Amino acid sequence: MDIRWDILAEYAPFFLKGTLLTIGLSIASILIGTILGLFIGLGKLMRNKLLALPFSVYVTCFRGTPLLVQILLIHFAVVPLFLGETNAIAAAIVTLSLNAAAYIAEIFRAGIQSIDRGQMEAARSLGMNHVQAMRHVILPQAVKRMIPPLGNEFVVLIKESSLASIVAAPELMYWGKAMQGQYFRVWEPYVTAAIIYLVLTLSLSFLLTRLERRLATE
Amino acid sequence: MIKVEKLKKSFGSNEVLKDINVTVKPQEVVVVIGPSGSGKSTFLRCLNMLESITGGHVYIEGIDLTDKKTDINKVRIEVGMVFQQFNLFPHKTVIENIMLAPMKVRNVPAEKAKAKGLELLRKVGLEDKAEAYPDSLSGGQKQRVAIARALAMEPKIMLFDEPTSALDPEMVGEVLEVMKQLAKEGMTMVVVTHEMGFAKEVGDRVIFMDGGVVVEENVPKELFENPKEDRTKSFLSKVL
Ligand SMILES: Nc1ncnc2c1ncn2[C@@H]1O[C@H](COP(=O)(O)OP(=O)(O)OP(=O)(O)O)[C@@H](O)[C@H]1O
Ligand SMILES: [Mg+2]
Repeated sequence: MDIRWDILAEYAPFFLKGTLLTIGLSIASILIGTILGLFIGLGKLMRNKLLALPFSVYVTCFRGTPLLVQILLIHFAVVPLFLGETNAIAAAIVTLSLNAAAYIAEIFRAGIQSIDRGQMEAARSLGMNHVQAMRHVILPQAVKRMIPPLGNEFVVLIKESSLASIVAAPELMYWGKAMQGQYFRVWEPYVTAAIIYLVLTLSLSFLLTRLERRLATE
Repeated sequence: MIKVEKLKKSFGSNEVLKDINVTVKPQEVVVVIGPSGSGKSTFLRCLNMLESITGGHVYIEGIDLTDKKTDINKVRIEVGMVFQQFNLFPHKTVIENIMLAPMKVRNVPAEKAKAKGLELLRKVGLEDKAEAYPDSLSGGQKQRVAIARALAMEPKIMLFDEPTSALDPEMVGEVLEVMKQLAKEGMTMVVVTHEMGFAKEVGDRVIFMDGGVVVEENVPKELFENPKEDRTKSFLSKVL
């Protein structure tokens, strides 16, 4: 089998654009998903079961349904409901963020609950209120334990951003499919896309391992 | 200073404290003894509301903890607590452990909090450990840091829940020494312990608890040498 370098060269600028959008989608969704996830995780931990219920329902729904279904629903139904028309990039960011938030909420909850009860008691016995104890004692310890699972989630999110191609958000996978459709070649576009995803996920893992090591020695 | 009236505490249907009445006067050292599961820890934890109170009243310097209007965080500033498992903050150095609450709760400036922290470390004999992390300390050292941390809030009352039970025997002495010093300086203390020597030497009064009630209380000499209740006698015969 010979490789068609000419069509790869032709598509290189599109792959670059697509990669940038994939990175953009991922970063935006990681940021929004993390903030939302912290909020939902804390919500799930509320002692009042009734108040915690909506947060549990949220997590259950987003973890219990396929991302593909979520992205189609949000793209064709939810975004038009709010914006009047749909927008693939917005729909992709919204879906990836909401989906990641559900997983990240569980990571936060597990991280917080893994801290010994005595830590909260010691902080409270010193006169700190709940928020102060969380902020200065519980969360700093919990965050350290959350980094490995969070890193996993971020890697998953980069890979799952490829589903945005379904709604024609012009990210990496979208251009892979476009190239395949134009030249009826399968190896060049998909292997190229795979390699670029691999580079992205490996870079992220590398950064997270370094961060972990830095925190461990602190 | 502390007044406990008809205190009741249940966990679900399990009534752990049944009608406890105790008063502690300023500068008094009260030692609480009793078999495992008798409710000693629960009693102590009700004094600073680490456990919610099911019934009755606890007054700290006249403030009713069970009153919904009471700001429990204010009361806790006045009541220090030392735990069996130390509960130091592992992500902070020794001096940061001590400075944290004064800075965040009392708004003490960092330099002042640090100076005060170092002074307290000197008092418990650990000045050279200020920059160490808790994980690098021995059990006895950890507990002395925990005492210093509690003292940094300048409490009027100190609660100790079996502060030496998690320690290797050779380290018990150094912690008890710090507590004796504290008692000598006039700190009001409530101490749950199995160290009968400490109870005799330092305690002004000993309370014997069993099955969620105060079975007997007296000055140490009387309680240890002349227990009136059978349950006290049988407990003492096992531990002395
Ligand atoms: N958080 C809790 N939930 C349910 N039951 C509890 C809880 N804490 C304590 N108990 C129960 O309350 C009873 C008294 O416990 P407590 O810890 O006060 O005893 P103790 O006298 O301190 O015993 P020890 O000497 O073993 O420390 C025990 O039967 C225990 O199982
Ligand atoms: Mg106990």
